[in-house]
Amino acid sequence: MTATAVETARKPATMAQALGRAMRDAMAADPTVHVMGEDVGTLGGVFRITDGLAKEFGDDRCTDTPLAEAGILGTAVGMAMYGLRPVVEMQFDAFAYPAFEQLISHVARMRNRTRGAMPLPITVRVPYGGGIGGVEHHSDSSEAYYMATPGLHVVTPATVADAYGLLRAAIASDDPVVFLEPKRLYWSKADWSPDHPEEVAPIGRAVVRRRASVPGGRAATLVTYGPSVPVCLEAAEAARAEGWDLEVVDLRSLVPFDDETVCASVRRTGRAVIVHESTGFGGPGGEIAARITERCFHHLEAPVLRVAGFDIPYPPPMLERHHLPGVDRVLDAVARLQWESDWTEGSVG
Amino acid sequence: MTVLEQPGAYRPTPPPAWRPRVDAAPLLPDAEPYRLLGTSAADDVSPDLLTRLYAELVRGRRYNTQATALTRQGRLAVYPSSTGQEACQVAAALVLEEQDWLFPSYRDTLAAVVRGLDPVQALTLLRGDWHTGYDPHEHRVAPLCTPLATQLPHAVGLAHAARLKGDDVVALALVGDGGTSEGDFHEALNFAAVWQAPVVFLVQNNGFAISVPLAKQTAAPSLAHKAVGYGMPGRLVDGNDAAAVHQVLGEAVRRAREGGGPTLVEAITYRVDAHTNADDATRYRSDKELEAWRGHDPIDLITAELRRRDLIDDDRVEAIRQDAEAMAAALRERMNEDPVLDPMDLFEHVYAEKTDQLREQAAQLRAELDAEGQEDRENEAQEGTR
Repeated sequence: MTATAVETARKPATMAQALGRAMRDAMAADPTVHVMGEDVGTLGGVFRITDGLAKEFGDDRCTDTPLAEAGILGTAVGMAMYGLRPVVEMQFDAFAYPAFEQLISHVARMRNRTRGAMPLPITVRVPYGGGIGGVEHHSDSSEAYYMATPGLHVVTPATVADAYGLLRAAIASDDPVVFLEPKRLYWSKADWSPDHPEEVAPIGRAVVRRRASVPGGRAATLVTYGPSVPVCLEAAEAARAEGWDLEVVDLRSLVPFDDETVCASVRRTGRAVIVHESTGFGGPGGEIAARITERCFHHLEAPVLRVAGFDIPYPPPMLERHHLPGVDRVLDAVARLQWESDWTEGSVG
Repeated sequence: MTVLEQPGAYRPTPPPAWRPRVDAAPLLPDAEPYRLLGTSAADDVSPDLLTRLYAELVRGRRYNTQATALTRQGRLAVYPSSTGQEACQVAAALVLEEQDWLFPSYRDTLAAVVRGLDPVQALTLLRGDWHTGYDPHEHRVAPLCTPLATQLPHAVGLAHAARLKGDDVVALALVGDGGTSEGDFHEALNFAAVWQAPVVFLVQNNGFAISVPLAKQTAAPSLAHKAVGYGMPGRLVDGNDAAAVHQVLGEAVRRAREGGGPTLVEAITYRVDAHTNADDATRYRSDKELEAWRGHDPIDLITAELRRRDLIDDDRVEAIRQDAEAMAAALRERMNEDPVLDPMDLFEHVYAEKTDQLREQAAQLRAELDAEGQEDRENEAQEGTR
């Protein structure tokens, strides 16, 4: 199905379709939007996210580039300098590493080094994360590297509606955005129509995907994003059987970070577990835990815990299920939240 | 049983005949660097251009010596001098039309100044008061680039974008011999050739990448030879012959403008000064070599030509010298003023809009500055009462 064939009525659509539609609509609305990358044209991308764009907008607007990530991003910098809005596809997470120097030394800081005279409105789309049985170099979670670089926005949707809304926002942003696409959610579906896209908050706002029904009881907040959001929602459902009432905060944007939404939730529940696929050591969870501790210490009933990928290079596909944080590992962490020590009368459980 | 064990079962069709896509011969550089000054062909160079090149070379040399002096006075954090390479710098700036773009590396301040940049703004990076002291759009000069060769793909992208918009714009990107070893050099040239982008690459081969000589940098016959592998012409030119560099670059720019695609030009020159003021060049090169290159000085070469054609006299030489001296004096004076910096600028240009986190940090610094100011005022008041 081409992007244009998505019909008005809401019906099941995949995240992949929503992402493609976001680029299509952005290109139709703004002639300066150019999509570029390896295989994005004739093939429509290895995940078919850019399917139909070259046909509709021509090779000049959706360009199959030579196979060279630094070159793809480096030329996109020059194109942005001249007033275009490049949307760059890095085929897989680990394939983006050759482009790191361009990203860190130029994309992230061109606005800063020119005192605002030369902003670079570049969107760098990076399919990331595991769970699809990819072989080596096809499953990295590289968000910590991007988060550590001032000047970049780092965005990662977890729903079909967010995929569309956030990608439109990323393309429209005058700042460079690293747009991390959880590739194992590419085929996740929701009832959605591009003609009535849901309102999506601007980049930088988290959303509470599941509210704790009885605040102050055996409640806790799961802080998560991207591919781990469905895991946490499932864990929250399963937790009901244990009498645990879990909120799930989907960050959507790692940079800027929405302290307000995260801390409001943690203050409601008094406990927090951060869940992500990326390694724990030096990973995003450490930063998030520190921010929560700094802001919510007196509301915390237990230490902030992390459930992350192990501190290992991404494992081979036959072992990845042992590495990826799943529902059980999340529930194990919740079980360690010192429920008994602060058990007070009136609590639900 | 494998296919190989069954004779006759597998009859491969012969592969299609292969032949190179283009004739490589026209892309190859000449064996000797192109020279113009001192040859009969130099007669065709217009007097205006020759005198202009001469004046800019003299000013450029003075600019280099002045900037180097400013490092000794602590007014510049560092200065990578282009003394000896002025012909490349001047020609690169003068060969472009107003709408064209220049992509300089950190050693190419002079080219940016000849292109029209305020010399003080061009030195902002090297003084250390900000990273880029000018609006790149004003004179169409990209920020001086410190990482090696990373500005080359930018030049390609910009030229490509301009062509997509139907604009008559050529990008000229400068890189050193060391920079040609970087991956970005390869990727930029490859993209440029595939896209037939209107871009010209000028390699200023000054013999050394800090201390590493060209022989340890590349095994290629010349750096210009690398062009043929990308499918673009390579040109070799005497980088101290300003007229020759101007002519070769001019042809490349014209070709790019007319839709002929990119060109790689290698200019053979020499870095007379050390890499920067922080470098000790005596550790890796000999006085003898240096003296040999001093005998092939870009200003001397063009002066001889002007004299031969009777286009200049002692009065004119003196007038140009004095003009350069006045430029240096003005630069010295302006660089001796302390720049006024606002620390709050640190947060102003990270993003289009400050994040909550940056707002908090800006408030923290504001409070620290206010406290410092209060302390200073109290100290002054105390001293006043003594």
